[in-house]
Amino acid sequence: MLASLLQHGAGTAGHAAVAAGAAAEAFGPATAGWLLAVPLLPLAAWVVQILVGRWLPRQGDWLPTGAMGAAAVIAIWHFVKVLALHDPEFDLAAAVELPRWKFFFSDPSLTTGLAGFSAGILYDNVSAALLAMVALVSFLVHLFSVGYMQGDSRYNVFFSNLALFTFAMLALVISDNLLFFFVFWEIMGLCSYLLIGHLAADRKEPKMSAAWASMKAFMTTRIGDICLFIGMMMMWKAFGTLSFRELYAAVEAHVAGHGGDWSPWLTGAGIMMFLGAVGKSAQFPLHVWLPDAMEGPTPVSAMIHAATMVAAGVYLTARIYLLLSPTAQLVVACVGGFTALFAATIGITQFDIKKVLAWSTISQLGYMICAIGAGGVAAGLFHMLTHAFFKACLFLGSGSVIHGCHHEQDMRKMGGLRKKMPITYLAMLVSTLAISGVPLFAGYYSKDTIIAKALERGLAEGGLIWALPFWLLVVAAAITSFYMFRLIFMTFHGRPRAHCSEHAHESPWTMTVPLIVLGTLAVLGGKFWLLDPLGAFSAGGEWFTELVHDPVHFVDHETAHHAHLTAMGWSLAAAGGGIFLSCLFYLWRRLDPARVAAALGACYRLVYDKYRFDELYLATVVRGSLVVSHLAAWLDRTFVDGLVNAVGRIMAGLGTASAATDRVVVDGAVNFVGEATAAAGQRLRRLQTGRIQQYAYFTFAGAVVLAAVVLYRVF
Amino acid sequence: MELSAYLAVAALLFLIGLVMVAARRNLIYVLMGLELILNAANLNLVAFNRFRPEGMEGHLDGQIGAVFVIILAAAEAAIALAIVLNIHSLFETIRPDDIDTLKD
Repeated sequence: MLASLLQHGAGTAGHAAVAAGAAAEAFGPATAGWLLAVPLLPLAAWVVQILVGRWLPRQGDWLPTGAMGAAAVIAIWHFVKVLALHDPEFDLAAAVELPRWKFFFSDPSLTTGLAGFSAGILYDNVSAALLAMVALVSFLVHLFSVGYMQGDSRYNVFFSNLALFTFAMLALVISDNLLFFFVFWEIMGLCSYLLIGHLAADRKEPKMSAAWASMKAFMTTRIGDICLFIGMMMMWKAFGTLSFRELYAAVEAHVAGHGGDWSPWLTGAGIMMFLGAVGKSAQFPLHVWLPDAMEGPTPVSAMIHAATMVAAGVYLTARIYLLLSPTAQLVVACVGGFTALFAATIGITQFDIKKVLAWSTISQLGYMICAIGAGGVAAGLFHMLTHAFFKACLFLGSGSVIHGCHHEQDMRKMGGLRKKMPITYLAMLVSTLAISGVPLFAGYYSKDTIIAKALERGLAEGGLIWALPFWLLVVAAAITSFYMFRLIFMTFHGRPRAHCSEHAHESPWTMTVPLIVLGTLAVLGGKFWLLDPLGAFSAGGEWFTELVHDPVHFVDHETAHHAHLTAMGWSLAAAGGGIFLSCLFYLWRRLDPARVAAALGACYRLVYDKYRFDELYLATVVRGSLVVSHLAAWLDRTFVDGLVNAVGRIMAGLGTASAATDRVVVDGAVNFVGEATAAAGQRLRRLQTGRIQQYAYFTFAGAVVLAAVVLYRVF
Repeated sequence: MELSAYLAVAALLFLIGLVMVAARRNLIYVLMGLELILNAANLNLVAFNRFRPEGMEGHLDGQIGAVFVIILAAAEAAIALAIVLNIHSLFETIRPDDIDTLKD
């Protein structure tokens, strides 16, 4: 199966050569420079902003925003070229000479003493699409922040952090090896920490909950990151390379060498690497940080949920797909499917507008992960792109609502905002239709493909366990459309339920322009059907799935087609059912949600409390770590400190004794000699009177004494 | 004449010179005292040469020594008087008690 992807057959070799020629024509030798400029522009903006941003006019907000705008233009320009080539096998490395950076380090296991590691740029269809999407969404978020963060006490710091965050994501997307990938991955972890905790360091009113949330996000993702690193090291140990392409070939050779069987340790390494994505993309069981990350300013939420952070996890899973054994793939698919359903149920019960969106993100990420696990790499990445558009739009829209309602986030206090914020309403409605999977909207195409892929894999593998992802996703789709329309109805329809929503107003242009752009993409980002309205309803023909192909096909074309039709039926039914139910509850008010909640009793409260995972982790992991650290601290204080103090005290005692000896014996002797000499001199100087006659007496006396000695031998 | 008579005169001269050197309050007199001491020594030398033991006749060591002392005394007197003159011009006194700048 892998062979079909990794080795061009004799028949396709000619085609590949032609394609490479066309690509070389489209991309000049300066391409590498342009591509490097995409991440380096925000990096440069960050450097300037962090150093002198405070003294620039407007606190330098135009600098990262402008740099991001330029980066977005470059990324989209190159992406358009890639689109024009329309070559599923496109890889820039085959077309033009790309720079490589070589690093050497000493390796004791090698006799020559030096081992090399080389890093370069990876720019294929996936990278190209992702680079353009990340750059565009990040630019829009920057632009939105100019309006939203107005009056923040750390305005300049916010923009510098945002720029670094974007740099890391852009660089990660074009890294061709796991190590550099990991480095940028960690920079993103740091930036998410800084940005989620942005308000915790506010100069006027520090928000302590933001500090906790940032710490939680950092710690939780750290668990995943450590697993990712372990997985990476297992790969390095086994194959001596971390380059994606070399790893694919090495794993394929390894599996082929073992008669097509995957070694258990390969499964383990794959799952370890996938755990990194679990942390970063907030999959069960490491999902707890993402809802709390809402403590950050809304543009940060949009950034984390759409363009950066969580997208990185999905991207990682897609990149390592070929390194995953079938067992690992099953784990990935089940984790994704379970998360999709699990998070969706929580989304129903939340009242904070941003929390609903956060759980929805987790759920949608579950879709992507599940798709990749089921073999639909293209479908997962496709959904990631469309999701980036409509989720960024939803978050920025919610930011606009919150901004308009004077920082009120509780949907129970909103309502009737439709008339007051028409642009925001339209943008959010369009995005909601997209996320619910209504035809014509971007999300429909990607979500449909995902469900179809899950079904295909289920059919191909047979058995109950592989059927699970499909059903999980279908149920989750129904719930998704239910809670998303609940959000729209509660926020924008009905009558204003509180003072704040009565006096709401539309946001300034820096906030509405990104909404309009993203709203448009939420409509047309899946399939550009304006030129071909009839094609909008037919399956297939989405730009992304034509550009990016799944590495492995599990079923033949016929089965795939049937699966797609079945999946489309199910997903349409799910979306329609969810929307209908939502209308019953929140638009027509035929059913009372409060009564239903009361009827469900403890069950409802369990979901409302997010299945009490926070409490569970607090009681086990957090408390456990605290107990261990307290124990360690006690050991440290008692034994280590005791030992150190004892040594210190002995040394101090010895020092005191030595000082006393020095003072009494050595100083005494020296002083005695000095004082004795001085005293003798004081006495003897009396003899030196300066009177020569007296000296004559002495001379005579001396002569008499001498004479006495000589004559009478006195002495 | 007995040898002791010469020696007594020489001792007397020596004592007078010594007292002058030790006690006079004028450098010129101190120098004169010095001359007396030298001459007491000369007298001794000459007297011992005159009363030399048997078997050593013809030896004139004492007289020659005395002549040397006279020559040295003349040179010494010249230098000493020159020093006294300088002292007088420097300190405007020739009282030895006042000239004690060597002290300290």
